[in-house]
Amino acid sequence: MLTAEGLTLHFGVIPALVDVAIEVAEGEVVAIVGESGSGKTTLLRVLSGLMAPDAGSVRWLGADVHAMGEAARRRLMRTDWGFVHQNPRDGLRLNVSAGGNVGERLMAVGARHYGNIRAQAIEWLARVEVDATRIDDLPRTFSGGMQQRLQIARTLVTNPRLVFMDEPTGGLDVSVQARLLDLIRTLSRELGLSVLIVTHDIAAARLLADRILVMRRGRVVEQGLTDRVLDDPQHPYTQLLVSSVLAA
Amino acid sequence: MSAALRTEGLAKAFTLHLQGGVRIPVLGGVDLAVHPGECVALWGPSGAGKSTLMRCLYGNYGAGAGRILLRHRGAEMDLATAEPRAVIAARRETIGYVSQFLRVIPRVATRDIVAEPMIARGMAREEALARATALLHRLNLPERLHGLPPATFSGGEQQRVNLARGFAPGYPVLLLDEPTASLDAANRAVVIAMINEAKAAGAAIIGIFHDAEVRGAVADRLFDVLPHQDAA
Amino acid sequence: MNAPLEGYNFAYLDEATKRMLRRTILKAVAIPGHQIPFGAREMPLPYGWGTGGIQVTAAILGPADTLKVIDQGADDTTNAISIRRFFTRVAGVATTERTAEATIIQTRHRIPEAPLRENQVLVYQVPQPEPLSKLEPRRAETKRLHALADYGLMHVRLYEDIARLGHIAKAYDYPVMVGGRYLMSPSPIPAFDNPKMHRMAALQLFGAGREKRIYAIPPYTDVRSLDFEDHPFRPIRAPQDCALCGSRESYLDEVITDDRGGRLFVCSDTDYCGERVAARGAAAC
Repeated sequence: MLTAEGLTLHFGVIPALVDVAIEVAEGEVVAIVGESGSGKTTLLRVLSGLMAPDAGSVRWLGADVHAMGEAARRRLMRTDWGFVHQNPRDGLRLNVSAGGNVGERLMAVGARHYGNIRAQAIEWLARVEVDATRIDDLPRTFSGGMQQRLQIARTLVTNPRLVFMDEPTGGLDVSVQARLLDLIRTLSRELGLSVLIVTHDIAAARLLADRILVMRRGRVVEQGLTDRVLDDPQHPYTQLLVSSVLAA
Repeated sequence: MSAALRTEGLAKAFTLHLQGGVRIPVLGGVDLAVHPGECVALWGPSGAGKSTLMRCLYGNYGAGAGRILLRHRGAEMDLATAEPRAVIAARRETIGYVSQFLRVIPRVATRDIVAEPMIARGMAREEALARATALLHRLNLPERLHGLPPATFSGGEQQRVNLARGFAPGYPVLLLDEPTASLDAANRAVVIAMINEAKAAGAAIIGIFHDAEVRGAVADRLFDVLPHQDAA
Repeated sequence: MNAPLEGYNFAYLDEATKRMLRRTILKAVAIPGHQIPFGAREMPLPYGWGTGGIQVTAAILGPADTLKVIDQGADDTTNAISIRRFFTRVAGVATTERTAEATIIQTRHRIPEAPLRENQVLVYQVPQPEPLSKLEPRRAETKRLHALADYGLMHVRLYEDIARLGHIAKAYDYPVMVGGRYLMSPSPIPAFDNPKMHRMAALQLFGAGREKRIYAIPPYTDVRSLDFEDHPFRPIRAPQDCALCGSRESYLDEVITDDRGGRLFVCSDTDYCGERVAARGAAAC
C-alpha cells in the first residue's frame, strides 16, 4: 500500500536519509529501529508527507504523496492515515474534552449527528480502556498512559488503514508501556491495520512488528523478518544494537 | 509421499562483527526430510548445531546456503529465500515452533496467549479460548493461573504454556526444542501422548529430545547433526 | 440637504482609497464569505467604533443615497449618532431613522426587523472577522483551514457546548456557512438575526478596520448556521412581549427600571418599535 524509493534528504551537510526504500503491505506492522539521530523520525515524517525529501518518491496506493496537493494530503491524513505522536500533547487538543478529541476526526470528515458522534466516542474510549464517565473531562486531567490511549482512539475512530507511530510508548512508565503495546497489537490485528512504528525500544519492536528496518546515519543497514533480524543479525551495527539491550 | 519439510544442502555460519569479524561455521550440507505423520529426532553432541538447525527450519535464523522447502498451501516454498510476509503466513498456517523460552507481551493472560495463534488462523474467539483452557488443564496447569500473565510462573509452568500454545492450532509441521526439559514425569507422559496424537493426525515433527525416554517413545528415527568439520 | 464641510473630499476618503476599497468589495462579492485584506486607513474615530464599517460606507456612498446608522438596533445611541453626523458633514447625504427609506444601512450588532429590499445595502461593523480565531490563533493556519474548507474544528466547539451544557451556547456571532463554501463570522449580531441573512434581497458588506478585512454576502445567497442534525440551530429570543409595541416576533432588550428588580423588555430595533406604536396610535384615533 505504501511504497517509498530512493528517499534522500540532507540537513545542511548532514545526511538525514540516504537512498531509503521501504514498503508497507496491508495489515502489516513494520518497525523502524535505530539510535537517536539515525534518521528514523525524519523517515516517518517524510513518509507521512509532513516533510519533503530532496530526492525519491513516496506512493500511497500508487499516488505520489508529495506530488498531491495539500488538500488531498490532509484528506488522506484524516481518512486513510493516522499519526500517533510520541508526546500525546502534540496529538491531542488539551482544551477540548476527551469526547471532542475523539469526535474531531469524525466531524472533519462530515459527521453532523451529535448523538452518533458521541456514541462512537464512547465506544472508542471503551476499546482503549478509558472509563466512559471521563468523556467530558479535559485530557490534561488524564495520566500519561490515558492520554496516549486517548490519542490512539482519536486516531483510529475514522478507521484508517495505515497508522504512523512515533515512539508511542516513549514517555511512559514501564508498566503502562506493556499495556499500551498489547493494546496496539490487539487493535492492529482486529482491524487489519497497517502500522509503521518508529522506536528505539528493541523489545517493543519484537513484540509488535512483523518486519523490522534497522537505521543508522540515515541508511537502512538491515531489514527483514523481525525475529530473524534480532536473533540472527548480519550487519555489525545490528549486532551491536541487539547485544546492547539489557535482558530482563 | 512428498515431504512436509525438507532441506537441500543447508549451511549456516555466524560472523561475529563485534569480535573482529570471526566467522563460525555451524552447519554444512544438511539434507533432511520429514514426512507427514513422522517424528524425527535431531541427534548429536551438545554444540553440534541442533538448535541452530531448528531455528533455521523455522526461519528464525537465515540460511547461509541451500534450501529449506516447506509444503505450504499445497506447494513447496523455500523458507531460506521467502519474503518476510510469506514466512509469517507459513508460521500462521503451517509450521509451529515450541522453543525452550516463552516470549510474550507482558500482562497478557495465559489463556489469551494460548488462544492467540488459533484466533489468528480464523477460529472463533470463544472456541479458541475453550480449547486453550482444555489444553492447559490437560497439561496440569491449574485454572487459577489461566487468567494470569505467565511472567511470574515457574520454568516448568512457562514450558507448559509454551507447549499448549504450540500444540493448540494443530500445525502440519511442528518443531520441538527440548519440549520436556523442565517437566516432571507426569507432565512428560502428557507431552508424549500429545506428540503421538499429533503424529497420528498427520503432523510432521522434528524435535530435540535429550530425555531418552521421551525420545524412545516418540521418535521414528534419528537424524545425525555433527559438529562442523570444515576448517578455515 | 446640508452643504458638506469645505476642504474634505466627498465622504472623507480620497478617490484612490475609495477605488481600492471598491475593488476589495467587488472581490469580496465575487467570493461570498471569503475575507479579503485591504489597506485600512486611519479614520477620525478609534478602532472598535466602526472604522471598518465607515470605510465601506464611504466607498459605496453617493450623493443621492439616504443613510441609516444603527447601534444594537437603535438609531439614537452615541455611536450611531456620531457616524450619521460624520457622513452628514463630509458627504452632505440625507440621513434617516426609517429602515424603509434608507438605501445604505450601517449597523453594529443587529439586522433590522423589517425585511430589506434589493436596492438597499447593509454594512456591518466587524470587530473580529475570523470565525476560527478563538480556536486557532495562527493567521496562516486559519487561512489554510479556509482554503481547504477544513471546518471540523468549529464543530468541535459546538460539540463541546452540547456536551457540557446540553445545547449550543453561542448566542451571538454564531458562525455561518456562506454559499456552502466559506465559514463566516456574521459579526456580533444575536444568533436570532442569523436566519435573516439567508437569501436576503439586500447586499451585505462586512468591514473590519483594525483587522483590515472586508467580506460580503451577495443578494440571495444561502447562509446556514452551523449545527448538528439532532441539535438543529434555533434562534433564541426572550420569551416576552415588547412592553411598548407588544411585538412577539422582534428581538428584545432587557431594561432595568429600578433597584428592586424591576425590568421590562422592549424591541431592540427602535424604528420597528416606533412604527408599530405609531400605527397603533393612528388606529386608536
